[in-house]
Amino acid sequence: MSTPSSTPDTGGTPSDPPYDRARRRELILRVAVPLVILVAVLLLWDWYVRAYDVKPYILPGPGLVASTLVKDWGTLSSALVVTVRITFTALFLAVVGGSLLAILMTQSKIFELALFPYAVILQVTPIVAIAPLIIIYAPSTQSAVLLCAFIVTFFPILSNTVAGLKSVDHNLLNLFELYGASRWQTLFLLKIPAAQPYFFAGLRIGGGLALIAAVVAEFAAGSAGAGSGLAFRILESQYRLNISRLFAGLIMLSATGVVIYWLASLVSYLALRRWHESALNREN
Amino acid sequence: MSSSANTATADTLPTSPTVVRLAGVNKTFSNGTLALSGLDLDVHEGEFLSLLGPSGCGKSTALRIIAGLGQPSSGSIEWPRTMHDATGSPERSIGFVFQEPTLMPWADVFHNVWLPLRLKGQSKASVRASVMEALDLVGLASFAKAYPRELSGGMKMRVSIARALVTRPQLLLMDEPFAALDEITRFKLNNDILRLKAQLGWTVVFVTHSVYESVYLSSRIVVMAARPGRVVRTVTVDGPTVRDEDFRTSDTYNATCRTVSEALHSAMGAGDHL
Ligand SMILES: Nc1ncnc2c1ncn2[C@@H]1O[C@H](COP(=O)(O)OP(=O)(O)OP(=O)(O)O)[C@@H](O)[C@H]1O
Ligand SMILES: [Mg+2]
Repeated sequence: MSTPSSTPDTGGTPSDPPYDRARRRELILRVAVPLVILVAVLLLWDWYVRAYDVKPYILPGPGLVASTLVKDWGTLSSALVVTVRITFTALFLAVVGGSLLAILMTQSKIFELALFPYAVILQVTPIVAIAPLIIIYAPSTQSAVLLCAFIVTFFPILSNTVAGLKSVDHNLLNLFELYGASRWQTLFLLKIPAAQPYFFAGLRIGGGLALIAAVVAEFAAGSAGAGSGLAFRILESQYRLNISRLFAGLIMLSATGVVIYWLASLVSYLALRRWHESALNREN
Repeated sequence: MSSSANTATADTLPTSPTVVRLAGVNKTFSNGTLALSGLDLDVHEGEFLSLLGPSGCGKSTALRIIAGLGQPSSGSIEWPRTMHDATGSPERSIGFVFQEPTLMPWADVFHNVWLPLRLKGQSKASVRASVMEALDLVGLASFAKAYPRELSGGMKMRVSIARALVTRPQLLLMDEPFAALDEITRFKLNNDILRLKAQLGWTVVFVTHSVYESVYLSSRIVVMAARPGRVVRTVTVDGPTVRDEDFRTSDTYNATCRTVSEALHSAMGAGDHL
């Protein structure tokens, strides 16, 4: 090795033909294999519905679901906006609250002793069980749903960040002590960077949970959530035996979940790509 | 060049002034382990002092106490020539090289070396030259932008050394810095350390498991025994000030190695491991 690479994060040399080809093949496989499975499942589904003459209010064919998705896009998309807004607000509040509380709890033993047991209790109590109570006490259904989603999202971010802040290399802590680092310097230059991989793992978990909790809370709210999110639309479709719309809503929900997970992974990758094992482009 | 194999076995005190003096230092850990018992140690200015002994004899503990990481259970540490700050604690200027490189994986080489100065509130711009000079001394100036994971084990260790020397410490403490490296890299880094010591006028306290390394590097070797951790013998190495591969094959070197080996073996009990 004679010179350092000026861009340490690029994986290999793109001009290298065998490497390039292997990479393209990998990419094609990554896209093609799931796509083939999807098409196969859709074809099977379509064939089953036709061959056995299944009624659309039992199981609609994929074609019908697709056309419902297009036809009801207006209703469904405005419901989706509501659900997504709640999910992201909950996630945002959980990220801010969870990481601030994690810092507070690792900076002060008293805070940790006082708060952690209650955070655990809040976490282990099934949200479905507290949702009815929250819906009674909260000023509006929207805020009740938001609160439920927040409670569920908050804990994985809190506990992961606490674990991260505490898992700093002991020798590095000694080094900071040796050079007379202040509490704040140790926090900002050592503990917070070291906690990042843990925080982002918590974010990925929390992102998925936020959507799940928003849906569960909307279910719990039932008809009280009139005119609200996607989960309500799904319930409504069930009452009306509009199964193709139910399927359409379901597809939108899982697509949203995938996008949230993907976004969280992207943010994590961008933040850690220079150094952390989880985001490295391994060259051996 | 080298005189005859004259290895003093008694404590022949160098004449230069004392940097730090440990007197009757005991260290008992909370689990009851007596790690150090009655340790007396004077570190003199400009000397290269090695602590040699079996595993668990308290070498790391002694080094950490000198660094101010952990207090002795009893006994005293004096810094005769050091100013004391407002709170009464000595303003030691110490560089510490740990057994592992102990770099921050999220920061590039430059930022890792800048750290000690940054913690003292010095801006990046104002110390850029000093940081680059430290990197230059360990031959890594062109790797300033590389991340620790992109470096080999020996290079990481050199970054760690650059970080220790960037503050121009009065005293450099090294805890088995090369234990995990292959012999060739180790020899090379040994020479680097000797060159830097000559260049920068360091005082070094060096912990090692290797008789050969200690003899090659040191002006004085303190042989320790375990359970409880104590000094059993001090050997003054009567070697040339400038050491190179010739020294490794000289009679002085061989004779001193033998003396130190014997001291070490008599210090080791049946259950001890190097
Ligand atoms: N934090 C600690 N708590 C309890 N006992 C400890 C602690 N650190 C060290 N010891 C004990 O103190 C003794 C001396 O440990 P120390 O690390 O100083 O040995 P060492 O000479 O550096 O050994 P090695 O060569 O293996 O690194 C050992 O018996 C060890 O078990
Ligand atoms: Mg040790």
